[in-house]
Amino acid sequence: MTAITAPRSQPAAQEFEARTCPVTALKVDLAAEKLIIANAVSAVVCLSLGGLFALLIALTRWQAVHLLDPVWFYRLITAHGIDMLVAWIVFFEIGGLYFGSTVLLNARMAAPKVAWAAYGLMVLGGLMVNVVIFTTNTSDVMFTAYVPMKAHPLFYLSYIIFAVGALIALGVFFGNIAVAKREGRYQGSLPLVVFGLATAAILAVYTLLEGAMTFVPAFFWSLGIIKDFDPMVYRNLFWGFGHPAQQVNLAAMVSIWYMLVGITVGGKPVNEKLSRLAFILYLFFINLGSVHHLLVDPGTGFWYKMFNTSYGMYLAVLGSLIHAFSIPAAIEIALRLKGYKNGLFEWLRKAPWKEPGWGGLIMSIFIFGWIGGVTGVTLGTEQINMVAHNTMRIPGHFHSTVVGGTTTAFMAISYYLIPLIFRKELKLKKWATWQPYVYGIGMILVSVGMITSGLQGVSRRHWDISFANASFPVTIPGTVEITLAIMGIGAIIAVTGGIMFVAIILTSILTGPRKEASQLLLVTGSNNPLVESAKVTYEDMEKPSVQPKGTFVLVLAFLMWFMLYYFGNWWLLGRTWFIK
Amino acid sequence: MLPPPTLWWRNLGRYEKNWLIIAFIWCILLTAMMPLWFSLGRQNVPATSYRVTPKQYLQTVNNFVQQYKIGEEKGIPVVEPPAGDVYLLGRQWQWYPILKLKKGVQYRLHLSSTDVVHGLSIQPVNLNLTVSPGYDYVVTLTPTTSGDFSLVCNEYCLVGHHVMVGKMIVDEK
Repeated sequence: MTAITAPRSQPAAQEFEARTCPVTALKVDLAAEKLIIANAVSAVVCLSLGGLFALLIALTRWQAVHLLDPVWFYRLITAHGIDMLVAWIVFFEIGGLYFGSTVLLNARMAAPKVAWAAYGLMVLGGLMVNVVIFTTNTSDVMFTAYVPMKAHPLFYLSYIIFAVGALIALGVFFGNIAVAKREGRYQGSLPLVVFGLATAAILAVYTLLEGAMTFVPAFFWSLGIIKDFDPMVYRNLFWGFGHPAQQVNLAAMVSIWYMLVGITVGGKPVNEKLSRLAFILYLFFINLGSVHHLLVDPGTGFWYKMFNTSYGMYLAVLGSLIHAFSIPAAIEIALRLKGYKNGLFEWLRKAPWKEPGWGGLIMSIFIFGWIGGVTGVTLGTEQINMVAHNTMRIPGHFHSTVVGGTTTAFMAISYYLIPLIFRKELKLKKWATWQPYVYGIGMILVSVGMITSGLQGVSRRHWDISFANASFPVTIPGTVEITLAIMGIGAIIAVTGGIMFVAIILTSILTGPRKEASQLLLVTGSNNPLVESAKVTYEDMEKPSVQPKGTFVLVLAFLMWFMLYYFGNWWLLGRTWFIK
Repeated sequence: MLPPPTLWWRNLGRYEKNWLIIAFIWCILLTAMMPLWFSLGRQNVPATSYRVTPKQYLQTVNNFVQQYKIGEEKGIPVVEPPAGDVYLLGRQWQWYPILKLKKGVQYRLHLSSTDVVHGLSIQPVNLNLTVSPGYDYVVTLTPTTSGDFSLVCNEYCLVGHHVMVGKMIVDEK
């Protein structure tokens, strides 16, 4: 048998209206550009709305201020969860996926009209859910909407419409890559960033399908067409959507980390094999993590919970630990190649700390890893979850992953879209230098305030921790006042950072003439790290003097902290009542 | 961000390899901790549950209250059952009844709801479990401290959520 595949004839690459970016020499499809702008702008609108709600919620939970009444408190938590966790992040991700699958590949948008239809559905779903929450009076059911708590049927329908829109957009993304490959727009393998984005997109398909499996029956149940909807089955289905959605954010965020490393210091993946393996580990194992939310639920036993909560064998965590090394190592090698070779950390001291992309990158990595990742693995430990479930340790964890991590990274990359995609000059540059630090420090305080409150037993999603109207007094330690105040003050700082971000973006895109980008870095110079990095070979990166010693010390320190926190929690569990 | 060179399948560097090994060992250790605690630890997640309709459960709770009632506090009966099966009901917006238990005695605490999902949070012990309609969740519990404990609801159950507070009393033996 001589089965030789005939070389496929290269179809004539379709012409498309494009410009060439003067800074990166990449070809930008004008249709893609418009779609990226539309999705990014919608994302920022959702972020502004969600941020306003965040401030009001935090000022209510800060017991000394206690701003809102209970109805509005629960209503705004519902809207805040949806506008931030779903709308802001998914709009931004879709924009990012279009960017990765066209601009980074010199390719075209395969189906711009379909992409606009997807965008239309997402806008419709997003608007509708807000209108429903604020007008029906019956839809204050939280982002999670656990049955048998029943919302207005349109509440579920708007989720479905949004998800269908997002699903179509994902189809366009895969179409873009297929067409780019067929038309020979790129040679060899996908760039690592696009590979990571593709991982996010594959996870997103799974996520949205499971979302449909949750909300389609919930919709019919709310109409009375389906009579019974088992609450535990709903929770299982819902978290098959709700948790993987965060893993989409994780994969997208890590991809953007690699992008920011390339832009700000010209770092290249040290070992493509290892970084790609890490993404593949996400693909196979990370969705098992949805059982994190079901660890203290009735209905399932130890081995089911244990296997799933550990992502098989913490193999998705292994993926993150690989990135935790690979990304700082890429930075360190790039900076050592620039001559910062002294000691362990000269490279870190000489890094471009004033560059917004760098500040955002570092804050994002730090908050995500040191706070979000460590607390996440610990909370997701089957037994430990009993002393943490639904306390404020949970929002403390996910505000350091999805907000401190993902949102900070998305904000940081947005600054570079201003000159490269919006073709405007970045305004308020001094603000842009400071913004990641202000926002990051605010979010650190928010997360730490929440985690320490949760450790003292404060529940999440709870209007009144003083229990003024309850029948029985509750013994919550007085130090909670302090930790909740830390959270409230952190929220004010973070919202200030958020306002700075929106102000910088709006001022830049609304004022000044359209202008082609002239440099890659925004604040710290006119050199072009991307172009410089293209000249770096593997031989250069293997020189003994540029090896990532500092990174190795950093990851070991991280592991020490991880162990301390993890075993500290086992100790905490061991002090509580006997239970089995 | 840039496309990789054609040949990118390379061996790992020394530091990368070391970190990969350390990280992998850590992951194995994380995995091992749970079964280890499962067989040796005294705090494990309850894994016994039965199907029950809200109506049946309410009936069982009422019988239980009738049998062991010793008093009343703020309209909610106080019950003092012997070791064995004890029942707690979560509903909008109370925990019913008030259980009077003994330190060091093992109980089979049944949890269920007759309306929406609730979360039982025993404070300041900080033990948290899901309470769902349709499921009788059996928790084998031995209080190891005594005093008055608060039962907070930590799963949002509509607008009265924050007033849903109950009480549990644990006496010295």
